[in-house]
Amino acid sequence: MPAEHLNKKLFDEDIERVPNRDGFGEGLREAGERDKQVVALCGDLTESTRMSIFAEQFPERFVQVGVAEQSMASVASGMAAMGKVPFMASYAMFSPGRNWEQIRTTIAYNNTNVKIIGSHAGVSVGPDGATHQAIEDIALTRVMPNMTVVVPCDSIEAKKATLAAASHIGPLYIRLAREKTPVVTTADSPFVVGKAEVYLSPEGKEKKIGIIACGTILHNALLAGKRLNDEGIGTSVMNLATIKPLDEEAVLAYAKEHEVIVTVEEHQIAGGMGSAVAELLSEKHPLRVVRIGVRDQFGQSGEPDELLKHYGIDVDSLYEAAKNRAV
Amino acid sequence: MQFLSDEDVFGLEKKANEIRQSVIEMLVAAGSGHTAGPLDMADVFTLLYFHILHHRPNEPLWSERDRLILSNGHICPVLYATLAHAGYFPKEELMTLRKFGTRLQGHPHREALPGLETTSGPLGSGLSQALGMALAERMDNPYSSKYFYCLTGDGELDEGQIWEAFMHAGKEQLHNLIVIIDRNGIQIDGYTTDVMPLEPLAEKLSAFNWDVQEVDGHNMRMLNDAIGKAQSVYSQPSVIIAHTIPSRGVDVFERDFRWHGNPPGKGPEDRVKRGEQAEVALRRLRTLAGHITAPDHS
Repeated sequence: MPAEHLNKKLFDEDIERVPNRDGFGEGLREAGERDKQVVALCGDLTESTRMSIFAEQFPERFVQVGVAEQSMASVASGMAAMGKVPFMASYAMFSPGRNWEQIRTTIAYNNTNVKIIGSHAGVSVGPDGATHQAIEDIALTRVMPNMTVVVPCDSIEAKKATLAAASHIGPLYIRLAREKTPVVTTADSPFVVGKAEVYLSPEGKEKKIGIIACGTILHNALLAGKRLNDEGIGTSVMNLATIKPLDEEAVLAYAKEHEVIVTVEEHQIAGGMGSAVAELLSEKHPLRVVRIGVRDQFGQSGEPDELLKHYGIDVDSLYEAAKNRAV
Repeated sequence: MQFLSDEDVFGLEKKANEIRQSVIEMLVAAGSGHTAGPLDMADVFTLLYFHILHHRPNEPLWSERDRLILSNGHICPVLYATLAHAGYFPKEELMTLRKFGTRLQGHPHREALPGLETTSGPLGSGLSQALGMALAERMDNPYSSKYFYCLTGDGELDEGQIWEAFMHAGKEQLHNLIVIIDRNGIQIDGYTTDVMPLEPLAEKLSAFNWDVQEVDGHNMRMLNDAIGKAQSVYSQPSVIIAHTIPSRGVDVFERDFRWHGNPPGKGPEDRVKRGEQAEVALRRLRTLAGHITAPDHS
């Protein structure tokens, strides 16, 4: 059964759908109200990253950098060195994609208090095609020392993550998506950077499959988990919103309760969240880990649903993959 | 701007010479590192740390300090040597350059050593950081008289990011941002004019809405005047193209691009054999080689 605090319409067709970048925009505005040191930088994508909400309310604290993600990263680093709390936003493909080295040297190694917002991540960006579909960004960010990596599952969690980022000291990456996606959580859902939460448990059944998901794809994992439970295959679903630092204690305890772990992410299976989980479990509690995600391919144009199906991350594919590997 | 008396100039030139000697000794002890840039920027660093900057060596994080951001991190031996001579840390520590456990990393790391404003090495990112700092300062205090000095190389101007920053700083009209370009005309692979021609550099920078000056980068008075003018320019950021002679101070190393990335003992042998390079360099500097003349009061 789903955790008490989740949206009551979790499994309903008419569940409310909101892009999680909306939650970021609202969270940044609130962070700006709470702390005058919060500043925002954008690379000519103010509206679509929802940084526009902050920019309209605090124009004196907003820096339009132009289409210059590399400079933006280092400008943000310089502002942080003077005590500001800079949030820099672009599409994940360009930041941390194009400006990876600037982030590594001037933010992560330099250990400056910069928050990196990568929107439009994943294949669900849709028609724009592979050039704009970042499916490598979790890997790119989680290999950097000092960096925290957060992947919110919906707009409410994105808002909480943004507010948490503003009070977190140190470099932090938040991965966001373009599409309207189901609002899984509520204001009551717990969110702490570095903490994983179990969102679905098999009621009165033996625990067989432990799904671990992150980001907006979590809702698909919950739907697949429900279907498996309905068929009598005990399945749990964990929301692993923070990829780094990994909540090792929670993931290990979860793995010990299940026969197989299935990770689900809208990202390359190489280097992403599933890899982080597999790395931990291979050392501390070896068991079968099935990683579901994009398998060493680039994305392409199409509607989000078509693409998720093509790359095997839609509900049917998750259900089949989990069932076939686990039973 | 503070006027430089003859005695001031003499004192600064002597200090620059001592710093050059430290640079040679450090590079020899390290067995690797860059020679040409650190030697040719010794005059600029000396003028900045011993005459221009508002700073407190015994309180490196003093909030009211001017900021010096070294963008071309590979010339850090001259930064380290200047910081030590200014009293930030003991000069003996200079000999730990590039060694395991040192605070004097091969390229500067902010968290390792108080007095460093940032981490640098990968080229082209310092100006963006200096601009971010200058912008943050203006947000907090539009009447601030704090200055942000960014030092860059000229080979470094091949990087795309630095032009993003030149464009952005022009837009922001950051009068508190002053860039000094080490125009020594060399980079690792050769002379800048062969690797990637930069000229007309002054016109390019001017077109990016910067106030541009060109000076002899070894003339303390000209540098001091140029920085003074840069400080007084309003509504534009300022850039000073400091024309320098690579490896300045050691005549047998000067003007040869092959000294960019080699320490004494490992440099080109046309003029001095490797085994004698360190000794010859130090002897040239200790005898001043006719470069520094005490003021004449007769």
